[in-house]
Amino acid sequence: MSDGKRPPSFYVLTAVFALFVLFLYGPTITIGILSFQGPDGGLTFPMRGVSLHWFDQLFQQQAVGDIWGSFRRSFVLGMMVMVTTVVLSVMGGLAFRRRFVGSTVLFYIIIASLVIPSILVSLGVGLLFSQILGWEVHWATSGYGAQLTWTLPFGLLIMFAVFNRFDPSYEEAARDQGANPWQVFRHIVLPLIAPMLIGVALFGFTLSYDEFARTLMTAGSRNTLPLEIYGMTTNVTTPVIYALGTLTTIFSFLVIGTFLVIAVVAQRRRARLASDAGKGMV
Amino acid sequence: MTASDHTVAKDAVPPSGGAASTARPSLARRVLSDGFTSWALATPVTLVLAFFLLAPIAMIVAVSFWGSTSFSIYPDFIWDNYDYLLGSSVTYKVFLTTLKFAFMTWIISLVVGFTVAYYLTFHIRSLTWQIALFLLCTIPFWTSNIIRMISWIPFLGRNGIANQTLMDLGFTTEPLEWLLYSEFSVTLAFVHLYTLFMVVPIFNTMMRIDKSLIEAAYDAGASGFQILTNVIIPLCKPGMMIGSIFVVTLVMGDFITVRFMSGSQIANVGRLISNDIALLAYPSAAATAVVLLITVLIMVAVMLRFVDIRKEL
Repeated sequence: MSDGKRPPSFYVLTAVFALFVLFLYGPTITIGILSFQGPDGGLTFPMRGVSLHWFDQLFQQQAVGDIWGSFRRSFVLGMMVMVTTVVLSVMGGLAFRRRFVGSTVLFYIIIASLVIPSILVSLGVGLLFSQILGWEVHWATSGYGAQLTWTLPFGLLIMFAVFNRFDPSYEEAARDQGANPWQVFRHIVLPLIAPMLIGVALFGFTLSYDEFARTLMTAGSRNTLPLEIYGMTTNVTTPVIYALGTLTTIFSFLVIGTFLVIAVVAQRRRARLASDAGKGMV
Repeated sequence: MTASDHTVAKDAVPPSGGAASTARPSLARRVLSDGFTSWALATPVTLVLAFFLLAPIAMIVAVSFWGSTSFSIYPDFIWDNYDYLLGSSVTYKVFLTTLKFAFMTWIISLVVGFTVAYYLTFHIRSLTWQIALFLLCTIPFWTSNIIRMISWIPFLGRNGIANQTLMDLGFTTEPLEWLLYSEFSVTLAFVHLYTLFMVVPIFNTMMRIDKSLIEAAYDAGASGFQILTNVIIPLCKPGMMIGSIFVVTLVMGDFITVRFMSGSQIANVGRLISNDIALLAYPSAAATAVVLLITVLIMVAVMLRFVDIRKEL
């Protein structure tokens, strides 16, 4: 295996993998191309000219409804969910480093949060707000809470995995030198888990930004972007929906790219400022 | 009386003991305060899940016993919703369809996910490339599901790329009607959306397999196929189980993919619920939701018997 020559199975599997990637991205690329359809073009090929007509339509209020408002709401909600997910996941991760009374029950509730169908959360939160509490459902209250039941389990499971591999001797060393618990967290734990927190933040933002089922009954009268797009699928039959799809996908790619760049920079910085142990006297 | 006894007892502690306890708190106190800290840290998560997960589920169970008229719902304790649900043959047909989609998606995503993970782990030799290709597979996960569904329309439609290609190549003279708005397109979309949930956990367990085990099997004369079935697959079971839990629960609870990719022609349990919601028939929707929840939880409980998630993290 290590003699450098590839076995025949390598070429077969490479082809399979390439097909898989094409399967993943092909449709997205297709609508990317079709969103430049000419003004007379339809939802499928052939292209009738190339234009920015459908992107231009996105800026015409009457053509597509309130997509910019919904984009703003989705962005704000994504930020809210992201910050909450990061903070609560770190706290939860720290809590689960020790067994405490009820930790097993809480663990299985977290798993349940992941496996319970989204539509149940949507329906349940909607009913709880309208029937019992008499509160109006709103994207920033009920929608926000419903989305947390989806992002928190991801964040928490990532943090559990991080702390399972965390070497406590760094903290002990800091404590031996007289650091208080906050200082230990701020100067030792936080810098060490920072790269993984970027991952948690990415999950928090993107899962919220794209969330549909859990927001359906909990967003109230003002739509988030996925709800707006869903509404468009039933009454918009022009490539304007592809233009919107292309823009949101580009936006998602930008977000993912930003997080990846931050992660790489953080990793480099950590490598550069790493331990000088074994390098002699400073 | 007891209070003063207590004070005396406290005062009676010798000074040296007091000094020792400040330097090193007693075991009982440390456990108490550690437990307290853990609880304080876990409280926000617990509150969020209690309020937005447990209370809503309890609410659904309660509402499933409520009564309804054509324009309102009212608190009650009646079994009508369940009688109607479980007495209708449509319910069983729809549950069967849902299970069929779950099974098909599970099998296909398991095979594809395993193959992709296997390729990344054992055929890509540099870690940088492994990470890069892994990211390439996971990026779509962070983009919109609805957009990814819409993307299939120009591909599978009557005048879509697939039909054009098939006709150009002479495989068929008429466009194939079953490509879009069919069981085929629903399953395809499920596989498209959820195979990543299989790739990630399987890749994660596979990367942790000690390569010397494979060398050992090779030295002992095992063929490539025997190594796969006797070494790699058994060691990947936890990852395969975690992926299966994701895929099965996502498909069981779905309503939007089936609605969209079947052109509203196929019903699954999620659509049954969402249709009731659209008609404001909440008690009926809640009863269906409870039955769905029980079904999903039983399936997950069975799958959890094969994997200890806490050990896999």
